[in-house]
Amino acid sequence: MVNIKINGIECSVEEGTTILEAARANGIRIPTLCWLKDINEIGACRICVVEMTGARSLVASCMYPISKFDEGKNILTNSPSVLESRKMTLELLLSNHKKECLYCSRSGNCELQTLCQELGVKHEPAFDGVRNEYEIDDSAAHMTRDNEKCINCRRCIAACTNVQGIGVIGANYRGFKTSIGSPFDMDLADTACVSCGQCIAVCPTGALNEKDDTDKVWAALNDPDKVVVVQTAPAVRASIGEAFGYPMGTNVEGKMAAALRCLGFNAVFDTDFGADLTIMEEATELLDRVQNGGVLPMITSCSPGWIRYCEAYYPEMIPNLSSCKSPQQMNGAITKTYWAQKMGIDPQNIVSVSVMPCTAKKFEIGREDQSASGYPDLDISITTRELVKMINAAGLCFRELPDETFDSPLGIGTGAAVIFGATGGVMEAALRTAVWKLTGEDVNSPVEFKEVRGVEGVKTATYNVGGKEITVAVASGLKNASALLEKVKSGELNVTFIEIMACPGGCVNGGGQVIVPADVRNFTDIRAERAKALYGADESRPLRKSHESPDVKEVYEKFLGEPGSHKAHEILHTSYKASDLIK
Amino acid sequence: MALKKCIVAFSGTEEQENELKAVIKEHGDDPGALMPVLQKAQDIYGYLPIEVQEIISREMNIPLEKVYGVSTFYSQFSLNPKGKYRISVCLGTACYVKGSGDVFNKLQSILGVTSGGITDDGKFSLQDCRCIGACGLAPVMTINDDVYGRLTGDEKELREILAKYE
Repeated sequence: MVNIKINGIECSVEEGTTILEAARANGIRIPTLCWLKDINEIGACRICVVEMTGARSLVASCMYPISKFDEGKNILTNSPSVLESRKMTLELLLSNHKKECLYCSRSGNCELQTLCQELGVKHEPAFDGVRNEYEIDDSAAHMTRDNEKCINCRRCIAACTNVQGIGVIGANYRGFKTSIGSPFDMDLADTACVSCGQCIAVCPTGALNEKDDTDKVWAALNDPDKVVVVQTAPAVRASIGEAFGYPMGTNVEGKMAAALRCLGFNAVFDTDFGADLTIMEEATELLDRVQNGGVLPMITSCSPGWIRYCEAYYPEMIPNLSSCKSPQQMNGAITKTYWAQKMGIDPQNIVSVSVMPCTAKKFEIGREDQSASGYPDLDISITTRELVKMINAAGLCFRELPDETFDSPLGIGTGAAVIFGATGGVMEAALRTAVWKLTGEDVNSPVEFKEVRGVEGVKTATYNVGGKEITVAVASGLKNASALLEKVKSGELNVTFIEIMACPGGCVNGGGQVIVPADVRNFTDIRAERAKALYGADESRPLRKSHESPDVKEVYEKFLGEPGSHKAHEILHTSYKASDLIK
Repeated sequence: MALKKCIVAFSGTEEQENELKAVIKEHGDDPGALMPVLQKAQDIYGYLPIEVQEIISREMNIPLEKVYGVSTFYSQFSLNPKGKYRISVCLGTACYVKGSGDVFNKLQSILGVTSGGITDDGKFSLQDCRCIGACGLAPVMTINDDVYGRLTGDEKELREILAKYE
């Protein structure tokens, strides 16, 4: 332990703790812009500077590990010279910033804007000078980048490179000309970007945004000739409450369903139904592969970011991918076939909308082989953030809405379905049904498989099912997925079934979720907090295994036949293609 | 966003590619090898077009963006080949105060290229440089080994000089 003083107050900290963390532990928040704990520790932005006895100049507190040589030193986190330096750094950033805060998508939750208020930037420009001009890159299906709002903090690069192991964006050029871009300044759409949106989730400003599709949704809702249906992914209910003042990890599915009805959707479905269908198909596919010598290990296909990653970075593993469509696409496909038939609606007149924690879903809806009815399974996919925007635009007092339920038959989901939103959830859900099947459809077959839960990057577990040992593996975050796949390829790890989610922690931490400022992100495990909402929902649902869902049973009995049937394949399965985009 | 691909067609040979691959192999898995590999690649090809950077990216298992980021950070690397006639304009202190900035800007507009660029016929490449030790003649530019001093920045003067190399 080292004894130091922070603003004159004595405290004792473990050697190696950074000044920033030591201050935080003692109730003092030092502002940051570039620092993301464990992900982006580059000491670049100089916002977190502090004064320290004996130091020749101000010190970047995020990068300064306190050592025994600092014994007795005093650290000032808010002295006049510290505040003046921070303010000047900020003013210099602002001199090269596109200040359209009035209508910027991040106004109100922009870290740069917050700092301006905290540090009392009163008038501007404090500095005149050249401002860089850039074209907005809106080439990708899921996002836009406006470098004129970028502060070069490199948090997006860290998310892309250090977390996901992809690195299709980086810092190009040098000095004042430094800009974030892709190789040879090519369009993002021409790179092997997987659309995960983790870069957007960590951007402190409005430089990175999902493509805003809310106008399309409003247009559909206002078109009297259209039947507009909506579905919401499991993870959305675990995050959307944060935008309305609920603590992180609060499940607000009832109010969310009510809000969607208030917005004017004709039917409010739950992607949970699609998730239960996915389990029926995927478990059947897995057992078929195991019993009939199919390609193993089988890998889940729910995460469109993972699918893009596999197609670009591991094309040799495409035969291992489950041919099941994602729950979103299954829900969409059933909506425009079975539900349309049942309701007597021409699928042409249905506009199918999804609310997703995910930006890659915007890409997924445009994929080939995703049009079971002859029309695209989904028409518009919006993120959790876009739904927040719509709820606010409609003037809905979210907290005052009643708790409502989803519409049947595409709105009832089991506990197995709701945990799809957390890493390990699909695996656990699949095990619930696969084990039930392999143990002779015993109603008392196990429900919980806790070994595959938790935020760890790679998890493995072995289960004895019907006298046979099955090893499964779960990875979330693509760098972790890559590490797992390398072990599988080298033969070091022998597994039967793998779940992979592109985003670390799974969909709860998806690129389309409510933005969490770095200041919270650095000191809270948002993956674990939001997952609690889903495991809580699972426990409280009366049915916790996908095959027990009455809605799923109905769709098979009246429409699809058996899981894995020819018709099920036509409607609920898809195909993949190796991609040669620039890596 | 526009793809910044070199306008002069790539004409790398198999020998060059093999030489580059041998260089990369020499460095093995050394994580700091990108700089020396880029330097050698530039020695081999004279410049670092996308085709060469893609070989480096693939062989070293480094994202192309990282290779590009490094190659645009250091001024020693060029994304364009040198022209048949290499124009260097001195932007060192003495030349600059004597107006070499104007000379440089005029040349950029006459040739339609920016610093480090090459005309699409591959004839002229333009580069700014620092002091070449001819301050007495400021402002100075060189075309290959020919030195032109006491330039006025007059467009006619520059066009006449360039005409000698048609």
